[in-house]
Amino acid sequence: MWGRLSWEALPQDIITIGGVIGGGLAVLGVVAALTYFKKWKWLWQNWLTSLDPKKIGVMYIVVAAIMLLRGLADAAMLRAQQAFLTHTELNLIDADMFQQVFSAHGTIMIFFVAMGMLFGAINLLVPPQIGARDVAFPLLNSISFWLFAAGMVLMNVSLALGEFSTAGWLAYPPLSGLEYSPGTGVDYWIWSLQIAGIGSLLSGVNFLTTIFTMRRKGMTLMKMPVFVWSVVGSMALVVAAFPILTVTLSLLSLDRTIGTHFFTSDMGGNPMMYVNLIWAWGHPEVYILILPAFGIFSEIVPVFARKKLFGYTSMVWALMAITVLSFTVWLHHFFTMGAGANVNAFFGIMTMIIAVPTGVKVFNWLFTMYRGRISFETPMLWFMGFVVTFVMGGLTGVMLAVPGIDFQVHNSLFLVAHFHNVIIGGVVFGMFAGLAYWFPKFTGFRLHEGLGKAAFWLWLVGFVLAFAPLYALGLMGAARRLDSYDPSLGWQGLFIVAGVGVMVILLGVLFQVLQLGWSIYKRKELAVGPDPWDGRTLEWATATPMPEYNFATLPAVSHRDEWWELKQQKKPASKGKLEPIEVPKNTGVGVYVGGLLGVMGFAIIWHMWWLALLTLLGTVAVLLVATLREDTERTLSVEEIRRMEKGATA
Amino acid sequence: MSAAAQKFLNDKTHLGFWIYLMTDCMLFASLFATFVVLRNATAGGPSGDEIFQLPVALAETLILLTSSFTCGLALVALKQKNMRHLLGWLAATYVLGVAFLTIELTEFAMMVEEGHGWQESAFLSAFFVLVGTHGLHILVGLVWLLVLVCVVVQRGLTAKATRQLGLFALFWHFLDLVWIFIFTVVYLMGVAS
Repeated sequence: MWGRLSWEALPQDIITIGGVIGGGLAVLGVVAALTYFKKWKWLWQNWLTSLDPKKIGVMYIVVAAIMLLRGLADAAMLRAQQAFLTHTELNLIDADMFQQVFSAHGTIMIFFVAMGMLFGAINLLVPPQIGARDVAFPLLNSISFWLFAAGMVLMNVSLALGEFSTAGWLAYPPLSGLEYSPGTGVDYWIWSLQIAGIGSLLSGVNFLTTIFTMRRKGMTLMKMPVFVWSVVGSMALVVAAFPILTVTLSLLSLDRTIGTHFFTSDMGGNPMMYVNLIWAWGHPEVYILILPAFGIFSEIVPVFARKKLFGYTSMVWALMAITVLSFTVWLHHFFTMGAGANVNAFFGIMTMIIAVPTGVKVFNWLFTMYRGRISFETPMLWFMGFVVTFVMGGLTGVMLAVPGIDFQVHNSLFLVAHFHNVIIGGVVFGMFAGLAYWFPKFTGFRLHEGLGKAAFWLWLVGFVLAFAPLYALGLMGAARRLDSYDPSLGWQGLFIVAGVGVMVILLGVLFQVLQLGWSIYKRKELAVGPDPWDGRTLEWATATPMPEYNFATLPAVSHRDEWWELKQQKKPASKGKLEPIEVPKNTGVGVYVGGLLGVMGFAIIWHMWWLALLTLLGTVAVLLVATLREDTERTLSVEEIRRMEKGATA
Repeated sequence: MSAAAQKFLNDKTHLGFWIYLMTDCMLFASLFATFVVLRNATAGGPSGDEIFQLPVALAETLILLTSSFTCGLALVALKQKNMRHLLGWLAATYVLGVAFLTIELTEFAMMVEEGHGWQESAFLSAFFVLVGTHGLHILVGLVWLLVLVCVVVQRGLTAKATRQLGLFALFWHFLDLVWIFIFTVVYLMGVAS
């Protein structure tokens, strides 16, 4: 009846128990607060069942922020172990747990933080930037979010029931095969990623369709904001790469459950094929994350330099070139596999070529700033921090692209330093810049500037402290994922510096939490109009906070920076007669599908086959009922629209 | 809903479905790549040459191709708003789909019975999963078709049902195309080598 699930699945060691109790209390606290303030109905009607992409975007970001805290806690544990604990008698984190922690850290940060922030930003920004009122498939969008949420929950359940994978964030076989990982850890990894990944795949379909069919009249492709172009690149990669992940995870799962031999080391299986497949998804994945960050910076720099973007056309071509090239470099993740000199040379050269369009983008941003009237507000600071750190990360990336060098530093902390340099410096700084920049558009008030600046400097300094030592350690021969090392190697000093860096970053995060709390508290004083930065693109033309339908009227577009041009010509924002607007009705379908498939994943992990079948059939039934429903929209009358426009500061 | 709004809904749904089909194409591409890598990894078990029955695979191919044809005729009937012909051709498509799936499952069952299941070698794992994934898609298509027929009978040829029938036809032709590749890469090349 309960498959592999038994009382032994409960955590045994003190740190995990602490984590479970802490997390459990947090969840209980939220539940209690919602019950006490009678907010369940509000939550269900205004948020959970909403099909408004802005609401869905905010939910993505909330989930990502919470997961960021967990991922950071994991990182702090790893560094604490390496800096101090490994040389003490106190054996708080044993090797097995250390492996679970680094596997969880990587998985959480990529799938539930970076992807969450990415889809949050896309949901919030793409429809208003292209002058649309909604996405192409609102219900599908909600389902995508709930699959993402279900994957996240499943991932965190592993803390309380069973274990998490010890096989790293990409779970290479044969280590992740049944023989060496017989427990539930790898299964948790597979199913939380599989469910969240299908959500991402559906989002890719949705946003490509949105961008290609729902642009405001007159907005030709070359008039789209660069952020939208970056989303085209990113979503094209999602559509092309995520099916490979789906297949890879499925095959690994089949190996582990029904005894197939895709990646086993016997019976003809081929573990290296897994490594090829996972990176054929994994390399495009890093561009899926970074392209929208490039897009965000391309929106921010012109506004804060008060100049139009330098080299729009080359920016678009660079984005598209990166999109295509990102599919031709995956083998650089395993030069040491032994594919032969010519194969390595090809992938090494392709990898270096990607630096060209990326360089084009960096120069375009710098030339946009050149002779501009630059103001250094928080979004711009994040951009400056990004340019420095990302270029550093890019250069070490080019170093790693040389197979000869790669053989030396493969699997070392040098590599770890490199990819944190580009992912934190690129994706994370990009998302923080975007958060500071667009926050007032969706809330009606700004984030506190001083606290934001403090958070930025702490992050930047903490980042350098945390990762610069890793370059040195890597060159000294320190492998990644070490839970202990011989003290005579003399690495401890550098590990301590890195540990201090993590603490400074944590302080930065504390300031961000403070900033958010303080800004909400002081929201009356920080209140701003609909266009606080003197923006250039269409999202600044709406009322603030942006109403559900985004735009009350939809006049045609004739310029690239349409809103800026309108302001120069002193034309009113939106002309035209108000007409009734159709918006999608709320529906719980997304919640049900996410919930059912989450339980299905759990059932498969624990081999409760009857439950897996039941939930699968339940999902099919829910989807059938949803597609058969005809009455899915409600109409906002002109009167309501007028009221909503007045309620917001137009 | 106005005619313009209907057309817009039609266009964007079609584009979205095409993009979905391309993701499915990537899914099959990954499975084909896996199969090609593993097709000689028989680990002492049988090779394709020893277990494939080409006449059966040819029969499956002809059945599926015919079902694609009847599906096309159903769309013609849909365009002419000829309900009787539409339901007739859809029924033919359905029957042919069921026949295809039955033959495939029988083939699978016989192989397993003879001891050549997916556990025997990497080649057989890749075979069962590639061909099985296609079969699973056919099953999904059959369920979808059944629902569509019920909807059309119940509610008539609504705009939504018409659109969905068009999408179903795309899906069905796509599966036909994938099968052509399976027939070539798995069966013909399996027997030839």
